[in-house]
Amino acid sequence: MRSGRTGYLLLLPGLLWLLLFFVVPFYSLVATSLYDPAGSDFRGYEMTYRFGNYLDAVTDYWRPLVRSLMYGAAATAVCLVLGYVLAYAIAFKAGRWKNLMLVLVIAPFFTSFLVRTLSWKLILADDGVVVDVLQTLQVLGDDGRLLATPVAVVAGLAYNFLPFMVLPLYASLDKIDHRLIEASSDLYAHPVVGFFKVTWPLSLPGVVAGTLLTFIPSVGDYINAELLGSPNQRMIGGVIQSLFTDANDYPAAAALSVILMVLIVVMVLAYVRRAGTEELL
Amino acid sequence: MSWIRRNLVLMLGLAVLVYTFVPIFIVVLMSFNDPRSRNVYSFGGFTLDNWLNPCLDPSMCDAVVRSITIGMAATLVSTVLGTLAAFALVRHRFAGRSSTNLLVFLPMAAPEIVLGSSLLALFVSAGFAGQLGFRTILIAHILFCLSFVIVTVRARLAGMDDNLEQAAQDLYATPAQTFWRVTFPLVFPGILGAALLSFSLSFDDFIITNLNAGTTTTFPMYVWGVAQRGVPMQVNVIGTLMFVVSIAIVLVAEHRSRRQRRAALT
Repeated sequence: MRSGRTGYLLLLPGLLWLLLFFVVPFYSLVATSLYDPAGSDFRGYEMTYRFGNYLDAVTDYWRPLVRSLMYGAAATAVCLVLGYVLAYAIAFKAGRWKNLMLVLVIAPFFTSFLVRTLSWKLILADDGVVVDVLQTLQVLGDDGRLLATPVAVVAGLAYNFLPFMVLPLYASLDKIDHRLIEASSDLYAHPVVGFFKVTWPLSLPGVVAGTLLTFIPSVGDYINAELLGSPNQRMIGGVIQSLFTDANDYPAAAALSVILMVLIVVMVLAYVRRAGTEELL
Repeated sequence: MSWIRRNLVLMLGLAVLVYTFVPIFIVVLMSFNDPRSRNVYSFGGFTLDNWLNPCLDPSMCDAVVRSITIGMAATLVSTVLGTLAAFALVRHRFAGRSSTNLLVFLPMAAPEIVLGSSLLALFVSAGFAGQLGFRTILIAHILFCLSFVIVTVRARLAGMDDNLEQAAQDLYATPAQTFWRVTFPLVFPGILGAALLSFSLSFDDFIITNLNAGTTTTFPMYVWGVAQRGVPMQVNVIGTLMFVVSIAIVLVAEHRSRRQRRAALT
């Protein structure tokens, strides 16, 4: 470690960029959320410290807000199940194919997010194979569909953010000392008991990191909701985006963004505290 | 039976892996699709037309070129700024280290819609509402790539053994020689990885870009625009190309690092 001026000089440009285009914009966002909603982006806004904007935003849009949190939680749960199986298989069963399997985990996600999601639209289409099979099995009614349902949106979210779950899970499963698991079976623990008493607790840092990395982007995402869902599945990101670009209601959009950010920060802190993994932050 | 029990987890894991490739398979298949009509998105027959005329809709290729340009510029700036900052964070002592680390972490943790709306709020308050476009997209992309570069290069630097640098100095290398002959080559794989990550993040970004783009169209924005009216099959050609090129880069990198590891052992 060297001290002196060089360190500050090296850090300065990057730090300035972060301050100027991350910290200052967040301040503008909060300021915008308190403007008088009578203005417009070209005529300019008047600062009136109108905290009522927040109340209006919540009363008008609490449904998509709650829906986003629920879809995000559902997608995270699906990711956790699928991701744990995959990460466990790579860490403990893949042997010399470990690196190849890790590459294959991220490979599908190099294709454009939107192209991938459109591909799901095709797979889940009303005259597609998946719907046909589910109708034959009587899981879906004869005119049942998957597109434009919450199932399609959650499935899309869970698919698109899966690597964010798998990689942290793999990182913490791979670090587990195999001798601990062997010890539990030497002491006559059933493999299932061994899993829940040894492997699962040791993988908790990965579970916490993975669930956060999946939950946060899923809640804010609106691509899946708009491409695979219907207006009944509208998520908060879509509302914010259209308030900005279509309705030009900047104060309402900014208030909703601030509410979303605060909700996420509060939930993350509560979750991390409960899981007892504060050192992660 | 015992074979199934022993390999059950591996089989399930492989099943999940296969599932992640289903949409990619559809994208590749559709790139060879001869659609019966523009609006019906079903397989009409095999054709090479989409691959031979990728720019049937010139606005798509314009968007691709624009995305590549923005991606390269954002990668260049964020890689340089991020690498410098990572060196400072690992190698130098200064006040406010933990708040700096928090500042680096937050843009990665915040939802994209919040990052995008804050930037838009800034641009509008600063009077740039009418000038959203290439420059504002670039500023946004550099911002969200920067944190990923700092984190990637910092991890590489922190895991590095500094004995080699001390050995170089013991052998009377000047600080500059030590840096360029020892330190930089060792950190370079991390910098390269960070640059590739930046490019793919920038090329694929939709949510932040869409808010700050004005009338400028990038490739994801083009796909978004045509998604409602019927997607030209050429979009799948670009999707397939992105997949193939990234796989090729990963495989070459993996092959090279394996050869280096083997060389280091002998």
